[in-house]
Amino acid sequence: MASTKVVNLPNGGFSFENCQRNNFMSNQGFPAPKAVKTGTTIAGFIFKDGVILGADTRATEGNIVADKNCFKLHYMAPNIYCAGAGTAADLEMTTLQMSSQLELHRLNTGRQVKVATANRLLKQMLFRYQGHIGAALVLGGIDSSGPHVCCIYPHGSTDTLPFVAMGSGSLAAMAFLESGWKPNMELSEAKVLMRNAICGGIFNDLMSGSHVDLCVITREKAEMIRPFEVANVKGERQGSYRYPRGCTATLSTRVIPIEIESTVVRPVGEESMDTA
Amino acid sequence: MYANPNSIINPSLWPNGPAPGCFFNFPGNGVTPSTSNGGIITRTQSPVTTGTSILGIIFDGGVMLAGDMLGSYGSMAKFRSIERIIKVNNSTVLGATGDIADFQHLQAIIEQKVIDEDCADDGFTLKPKALHTWLTRVLYNRRSKFDPLWNTFLVAGIEDGEPYLGCVDKIGTAFSDSKIATGYGAHIALPLMREALEKKPQMTKEEARALLINCLRVLFYRDCRALNKHQIATITNEGVTIENNIQLDTNWEVANFVVGYE
Repeated sequence: MASTKVVNLPNGGFSFENCQRNNFMSNQGFPAPKAVKTGTTIAGFIFKDGVILGADTRATEGNIVADKNCFKLHYMAPNIYCAGAGTAADLEMTTLQMSSQLELHRLNTGRQVKVATANRLLKQMLFRYQGHIGAALVLGGIDSSGPHVCCIYPHGSTDTLPFVAMGSGSLAAMAFLESGWKPNMELSEAKVLMRNAICGGIFNDLMSGSHVDLCVITREKAEMIRPFEVANVKGERQGSYRYPRGCTATLSTRVIPIEIESTVVRPVGEESMDTA
Repeated sequence: MYANPNSIINPSLWPNGPAPGCFFNFPGNGVTPSTSNGGIITRTQSPVTTGTSILGIIFDGGVMLAGDMLGSYGSMAKFRSIERIIKVNNSTVLGATGDIADFQHLQAIIEQKVIDEDCADDGFTLKPKALHTWLTRVLYNRRSKFDPLWNTFLVAGIEDGEPYLGCVDKIGTAFSDSKIATGYGAHIALPLMREALEKKPQMTKEEARALLINCLRVLFYRDCRALNKHQIATITNEGVTIENNIQLDTNWEVANFVVGYE
């Protein structure tokens, strides 16, 4: 009978204690280490049977590629997936926490989770942290009221639109979406358009790269296609410097076997856990 | 000189002298406003009336430039009939992004150049590569004096029978390519142009025109400082044609799908 609060709001909000110290240190010449960002191209749009989300697979750390094949399409609920751009750690933790909350909500209500619920939870959390959590998300899913795609910005604003793109490659991706999106596209056309949009980001934005991952969400199922297209193949080595066997002539052979003289078995007792 | 703000943490080596780890403004450089001038800054700091992107593409037999006719006064769409693409001579066309005043200043100088050439009447006319090189020198020189002409220029034309498209920006970076876009066009239109040219490297004039119009449409949707009214310039062996006041047809049906923020 008691209605439990499903979403546990933490007390006190973000702790700004270290900000002054960090500022002082970076003025002294010790800047904070660069976060692993996903400098990304992500996009999502609605097609005839549901929602399609796409992402590239490059994670950058400053100007270096930290992960050539990272996974940017996060599971939220069986009918809701989320593509993320921004700070990798923030995205991973935010989406994991949110999917736990959504599962608890689903068990509590006994109903399929609505996309608007995920949207609300995410924006309320991100707003509480005033943009310090660097998570820009494209949330997509299908529920009882139809397919929905929304983009959620780090400061907590959301936009529910028929097609969205986020990340550093979003301008390139959006150019393709603006040119090619029309209502009620077929699945095959939708996949091609999404591939074009993400490849636009991969080839024209330095912070996006590698391959294209897709996630197609329809009423029946959510299908993860990873990779949808291997857009950047590592070059094949053209030759080998290894010498084949038999190149060097054998002058003589001497085999010395290692003889086992004796075998000793000494049991080691169970060690207690080191709780120092 | 101004007090060193980090002087407590990084004391300067001598009064008004350099502090290790900080930038040091050498005295007498004239970059910071000096008292002799009354503290007035006489160098270009930021553009006033600006033009947004210009797109250029080489097709089979010529070059095509496109751009809108807007001069933005900050965020105000003040001048809606500015010609940012001008004909230099029968084989060259110049387009400019950025400060309109700086562009018009150079436009006057270039027009005078063409007149002087006409008067000389020696059979030589200004070729696109020559104009490109001259522009690069002028812009780099101004930038080296910390007083740039705040523009990115697109030079298009036919050079010895071959189409040519070159770009120079306000710090003097110059290059030439078969497809160039300046301003926001570089982020939004260039991916579209690159993809189209990869599929078909030798486009026809009609295909190039359709591509540029599509790019202009996307720019009108996504660039806050763009307008619905355009110029398209075509340069072929036959000559130069500049069409003004071209309106775009736009599709706002998407609006029916957008309800609320959730």
